[in-house]
Amino acid sequence: MSFKIAVRFLKSGGSQTLLIIIGIAIAISIQVFVGLLIDSLQKTLVDRTIGNSPQITIVSATDVATIRDWEVIVERIRQSGVTKVISVSASANAFIENGNRDLPVIIRGFDFDSADRIYNLGDSLYEGKRYEARREVLIGKELKEELDVHVGDELLVILPDGRVSTFTISGFYDLGVASINKTWLLANLITVQRMFDFGDRVTSIEMTTNNVFEADVIAREIENQIGNEDLKIEDWKEQNEELLSGLEGQRISSIIIQAVIIVSVVIAISSVLAITVLQKSKEIGILKAIGIKDLPASLIFIYQGLLVGLVGSTLGIILGLALLYGFNYFTINPDGSSLVDLYIEYDFILRSWLIALLASILAGVWPARKSLKLSPVEVIREG
Amino acid sequence: MAAILELKQVDKMYFGAVNTQVLFSVDLSFEDGSCNSIVGESGSGKSTLLNIMGTLDRPTNGEIIIDGRRADTLDKNRLAELRNETIGFVFQFHYLLPEFTAMENVLMPYLIRKRRPSREILQRAEELFEMLGIAKLKRNLVTRMSGGEQQRTAIARALINNPKILLADEPTGNLDSETTAKICGVFREINETYGNTFIVVTHDRGVAEHTDRIVEMKDGKIHTDTKK
Repeated sequence: MSFKIAVRFLKSGGSQTLLIIIGIAIAISIQVFVGLLIDSLQKTLVDRTIGNSPQITIVSATDVATIRDWEVIVERIRQSGVTKVISVSASANAFIENGNRDLPVIIRGFDFDSADRIYNLGDSLYEGKRYEARREVLIGKELKEELDVHVGDELLVILPDGRVSTFTISGFYDLGVASINKTWLLANLITVQRMFDFGDRVTSIEMTTNNVFEADVIAREIENQIGNEDLKIEDWKEQNEELLSGLEGQRISSIIIQAVIIVSVVIAISSVLAITVLQKSKEIGILKAIGIKDLPASLIFIYQGLLVGLVGSTLGIILGLALLYGFNYFTINPDGSSLVDLYIEYDFILRSWLIALLASILAGVWPARKSLKLSPVEVIREG
Repeated sequence: MAAILELKQVDKMYFGAVNTQVLFSVDLSFEDGSCNSIVGESGSGKSTLLNIMGTLDRPTNGEIIIDGRRADTLDKNRLAELRNETIGFVFQFHYLLPEFTAMENVLMPYLIRKRRPSREILQRAEELFEMLGIAKLKRNLVTRMSGGEQQRTAIARALINNPKILLADEPTGNLDSETTAKICGVFREINETYGNTFIVVTHDRGVAEHTDRIVEMKDGKIHTDTKK
């Protein structure tokens, strides 16, 4: 019966009920919008910053740039199971001739398939094909434009000691970062090892993990495991501290905004229901006179809170998602891609919904307590 | 006949900036199935007395015994239970819930205790509507009824749980004389049909004349107690 009375009270409230529901819906929509947008923004930023690059890199800490017995290290890391992809690379500086100017480049030797899983090489290859033969090379978009070359053209690479190697261009890549596109030449691991007399050694071991934000912890774990002071283990977080502190600030402000919204929802529902207690004091008084007990009398207001919360927060989530998609539709980069990649976290939505419901129930507690203090005699005496 | 309602040495004080005593050592007893009225000037304490008898208010001193049980010592929830099962109220204003139909209002005292109305209770409701002459209005929202019809609905609500005691506080105070006469007839009929103890508080001597016993209050004390 308490539920039925709650429903009828809300219905008879008419525009007052409608207003509070709209109020909750708007508040929750902003909460969902801000929460999801900031979350998406963070993921987009992290993804664009380090999405196509290793999260942890092992390089030599000594004057000798190469790492010996790398197979043992790789095997040990692989067995520990903390990484997703491990790839090795032999890289060195070189120059290429462009007219009478030498352009500095880095020639990077990869096993194409394992490097592909870190750098997404396959997808970034927009013309030509991957390198296969020993003397084939991929060059980046900006470098191609500068040199004005085509697939199949020959490229002269000058080593620091003055030796010259000839490569055939097998294709062009675009990794999305101009400085990389301009300087990296991608070739076979063995090709680079032989060119620079590295033997079977490499210059870096690169890896990604399953949890990008745990990269620093995993890096320390690997460091302890290997226990080799000749090696330096770097993770993306120490190289991107500014970005991370920016993200952290953003995350905290998002939480504060959401908390303030929830608090104001509680206050809004609570005060409207408290007014209902006054408006309905005669009805509550008579219900008490005819024998309603404290618990069902309180439940009338708890249910009212729950009901406006249920309808308001559900509408709010729908509205919030609509806002988010609308925002994403209208804010685009000049090339037509969206400014922010949307990541719809269903956990977050469910959590927001449950918090809003709990908050609405909580908001009913104060008016419910107020109604308990109502004495039927006072109501009846006043007429 | 046994007493259904007894007041022993009941005092009522209101504490505030100025303390006022409204009832002074009232001793009163009502027989089961009797038809009584309490009259008096306004301020004589008659309404306070009725509220205390109905357990809506607590006495400052003294005992209330309802149907053989001490009521003044019960807690809030027990009192609610007692009122629900033993006492029906009719007030000057009907206090029906405007969000509900006449039928729903009448069933309210039953429904705040039990989930679904039993067949017996629905039948009783129909009977009461019939007896009170408002059978056609039972599906109406109470806001769409006249004052007299609303008061009859309130009477049906007071009777739905077949209470042993029916308390009425100025039940005709808001009605014209013709309707008042009808309502008085209804009370008499109820008392005779169902055998409830009927106690009406009124300032209207005419209404009191319909009852078998008239208790007159003056300055918080019983002034006269006349049985016909």
